[in-house]
Amino acid sequence: MSGGTRLENANPLVFQRSGERLLTATDEDENVADPIDDREIFDILIRTVLSQSINDPEHPLSLEELNVVEQLRVNVNDQDSTVAVEFTPTIPHCSMATLIGLSIKVKLLRSLPGRFKIDVHITPGTHASEDAVNKQLADKERVAAALENSQLLEVVNQCLSSRAISGE
Amino acid sequence: RFPRLAIKGSGPIIGKVDGPNPKPRLSLTSSEPQTRGRGVQLLSQVLQQCYGNLQESEVEVLVTFYENRLKDHYVIMPHVLEGLKALTKCLVLPPGSAVSILKSVFQDAHVQSLMLAQRSCVYCILINLMDSREEELKGLGSDFVFGFVQSMDGERDPRNLLLAFQIARKIITQGYEMGKFTEEFFEVTSCYFPIDFTPPPNDPHGITQEELILSLRAVLTGSQRFAEYLLPLIVEKLDSDVQSAKVDSLQTLAACGSLYGHKELSEFLPGLWSSLRREVFQTASEKVETAGLSAVSALVASLSRSVLSSDSEDVLHVFLDLILKDCLHHLAEPDLKLVWPSAKILQAASNASYRASLKVMSAVMPSLLEQYNTQTQVSLLPLSDLELSVHHLTRLVLEEQDAQVSLAVMECCGALAYIYPEAFAMRMVPRLKEAIFSDSNSQQAVRRRCVTALASVSSQPSLVQESVPVLLQILTSAHTGMGSYFVLCHSLQRIAEQAGQDPEVGQIFHDIVIPRLLGLAIQAALQGEDSSGRNSLLKDEAVLSAIVPVLSAVCAQMHIIVFFFFSPFNIFSYPLQLLKYQSYIWSFHPYQAHPDSCYQTRTVCLLMACVCSLPRSVEIPEVDRLLVELEELSFTCLHPFSYTSAAKCFAGLINKRPEGRTIKTLLLRYHPLSTSLTDKLFSLLGDSELASHAADGFYLLMSDSPDVLNRGCHANVRIMYRQRFFAENSAKLVQSFNSAVPGKRKAAYLKALSHMVNNLPKQVQLTELPALLPLLLEALSCPDQGVQLSTLSCLQPVLLDPPAALTTQLDGLVARLLALNSSPSMKVRIASLRCILALSHLPDHLVLPFRAKILQALAVPLDDKKRLVRKEAVLARGEWFLLGNPGR
Repeated sequence: MSGGTRLENANPLVFQRSGERLLTATDEDENVADPIDDREIFDILIRTVLSQSINDPEHPLSLEELNVVEQLRVNVNDQDSTVAVEFTPTIPHCSMATLIGLSIKVKLLRSLPGRFKIDVHITPGTHASEDAVNKQLADKERVAAALENSQLLEVVNQCLSSRAISGE
Repeated sequence: RFPRLAIKGSGPIIGKVDGPNPKPRLSLTSSEPQTRGRGVQLLSQVLQQCYGNLQESEVEVLVTFYENRLKDHYVIMPHVLEGLKALTKCLVLPPGSAVSILKSVFQDAHVQSLMLAQRSCVYCILINLMDSREEELKGLGSDFVFGFVQSMDGERDPRNLLLAFQIARKIITQGYEMGKFTEEFFEVTSCYFPIDFTPPPNDPHGITQEELILSLRAVLTGSQRFAEYLLPLIVEKLDSDVQSAKVDSLQTLAACGSLYGHKELSEFLPGLWSSLRREVFQTASEKVETAGLSAVSALVASLSRSVLSSDSEDVLHVFLDLILKDCLHHLAEPDLKLVWPSAKILQAASNASYRASLKVMSAVMPSLLEQYNTQTQVSLLPLSDLELSVHHLTRLVLEEQDAQVSLAVMECCGALAYIYPEAFAMRMVPRLKEAIFSDSNSQQAVRRRCVTALASVSSQPSLVQESVPVLLQILTSAHTGMGSYFVLCHSLQRIAEQAGQDPEVGQIFHDIVIPRLLGLAIQAALQGEDSSGRNSLLKDEAVLSAIVPVLSAVCAQMHIIVFFFFSPFNIFSYPLQLLKYQSYIWSFHPYQAHPDSCYQTRTVCLLMACVCSLPRSVEIPEVDRLLVELEELSFTCLHPFSYTSAAKCFAGLINKRPEGRTIKTLLLRYHPLSTSLTDKLFSLLGDSELASHAADGFYLLMSDSPDVLNRGCHANVRIMYRQRFFAENSAKLVQSFNSAVPGKRKAAYLKALSHMVNNLPKQVQLTELPALLPLLLEALSCPDQGVQLSTLSCLQPVLLDPPAALTTQLDGLVARLLALNSSPSMKVRIASLRCILALSHLPDHLVLPFRAKILQALAVPLDDKKRLVRKEAVLARGEWFLLGNPGR
């Protein structure tokens, strides 16, 4: 994970980015309430990048381009105030899985109203130590502790900086 | 004689010859040629062993001896040449000997009548002398080249040829004088071109064809002076049926490129090009093609590099023109097989240099782009697939309720219908029509989607022909609600805009759409008095306003002026005739203000839409009378919609008068009168009742109005009129603000200011804003949403590069921005969040103190009911989180 070491997945498969969400007439109508939906959460997450994960720091890839996050695997229930996000590590032994999960979780914590209960976990069957990572991510204490660690916080923040995305 | 000379030399070597056994000496003088030969052979063998030890005087003697022996019997010749070969290796060869050896050899040895080994000997002698006595040989002038030409003329052995080519190459590179023998020299070497050599089966010498080809090519392409002989030769050899000959020729041509310039090439370009073209176009061999393409590249590169004199024509362009002439049209026929070779040739040419690439690209790109645009038709959908697509799209239009998907469906319909208008006219339009008019109380939403789809597909005249009657039919349909009316008008406007200046579509609008729209509006206005009738909707101001952009778009783009050209007063009479309502003409008086009825006067807005959008060049008859009527109406009518329309129409007409409402018109033309009128408006700002209206007047002045007085309507708009107005009036405004009493009136000034600033171009804003900053901050607390919004949108760019004055006011700014987050207007909320985001980019030490407060405050808009607001909140909050944190 730290810079300079050999990359685990130096040449990842890159997926096409989906287009911008199209505006509809109701989006601009003051009187219509737009519920928070899957696509909206997905749009928030695809700004997250893996700046440390690839060999070209000038062009970090987003979670969407790496197919780590798919709209299909984002489930929101605005009424019940729940969000569940499944993410898929690029390779089954990816040591960054925890970091990716943490970044997603932090991004959602910062971006969603406080009423939401946020559940982030690995897409079943896509990672060797799935259970361990899921457990870590579900543990509030451990997430909070992890963010006390300034080095880890730095990496997470780098992933969440909108400026890291080309074209932003 | 000779033996005595030898004895006289009495050096150590001769001593050996003279040695214990007197036989050799005797042999040298023997009268038997065979015996003399053996003697010379022995001497030569000795010399080969020890030529390095000889002294100059000994060499001189030996050279003279050997030169004489060249005249001796032929059986001795081989040994003599061996001996001379050894002597030429001597470093101490006396001056003059080299020349005399050569002269003797050329004169006495008829090289080509010698055996293979002796010929080789002669070549070696030449090589040795060229290596060590270059200056002396050059003294021979062109005789040396002549001698060499004679010597190698007819050589057949590959081993000797390699040597001969080596000599020839040296002659060229070391600059020996060829004089009048240039052509002979070229012929004696070029007769081997192209090399056809198959090594013997056991290949004892290890000589390959490749080796021969390369060494010959080095000779042939070595000098520009051969160009006039070589280029025709290449053209000739390209006709050969032997593939290797073609490849060799093409590669040789490519090799010429590095040395030749336009002087050498220009004369032969047409011939070369036609051969090259034939080879690349017709060959089945990849090797030939590759060689041909690199030859094209090499030629273009060479021509691009050539220095031109001021009066010579650029041969590069001549050559590229040849290529383009023969290749370009093939690109337009992608189904024929020549398209690929042509493309490859053009690529090869443009690869050669920037200049070539520029020329080729500018010739090729337009044609390629055009094809790209038209070829979509060639990669046709098979008919069955097309029908299926249209079927599915129609179903999606009718059934799909998700707004996002529906939007995409409309786009798709538009794109496909442009290519396959017939399919859509036959299969989609009728079904949409059916759905629209089906009696089942089908939802408005479906009907609206159908109308939008009709507008989307109506890009080709044939489709407009089908869709417009359907749309017009809806106008009169009883089911039509207010919402559908807007969609309908918007659709008609869209069709008009899509069509641009298409004359067919223009005709449809002229003949059908416009008369019908006007007719219905008049009908409604006439019926308005008794307030019943089916078209009551058309009496609604909003609906009338929706028709305005349709008429405006049509008149501005399609120049439809024919039917009311006789007089604008007749504008309504033609539609009435069409509708068979002639009798109404007498009761229809749109320009007469009624104290209690406004239905008729309101239709003035339709007149405005038509006459104000016409190009300036169109002269409107009776315009003076019309102006008087309009002025009268705008002052006497009590009904706001009517008098505004009349005023706008008046303004639109004034603007286009050859000499020059109102201030706006004059301002646009930068007319001197405008200042006095502006001053009037200023004084109104101080009026307690009219202040707010007067402030809105500034908005009117500075913004683009959608229906009249914009460039689309061919209005006379001077450049920078906004900047001028701002420069003249902003100081006045600030001054008045400072001296005004607080309260409502101050707000009016702020409003006027924010309208004025917001409509300025961004670059001007950035330079003007720092001075106006205090006022703008104050304007944020103004309760008017429009003022808030326009102030926020002014502020945002300033915050990205804030003036120093701002830093002392951050407290107030943050508080005001956060307060606006709870504004009822989503646009204001969005704009204030953008400003808050911009603040996060200020230097850390300035904004860190606000971090906690802002993060807390931004948690609220994260749960805003509008998605667009939430999006901005997420962005802003994310950035503020990063502020002052590691990894930002």
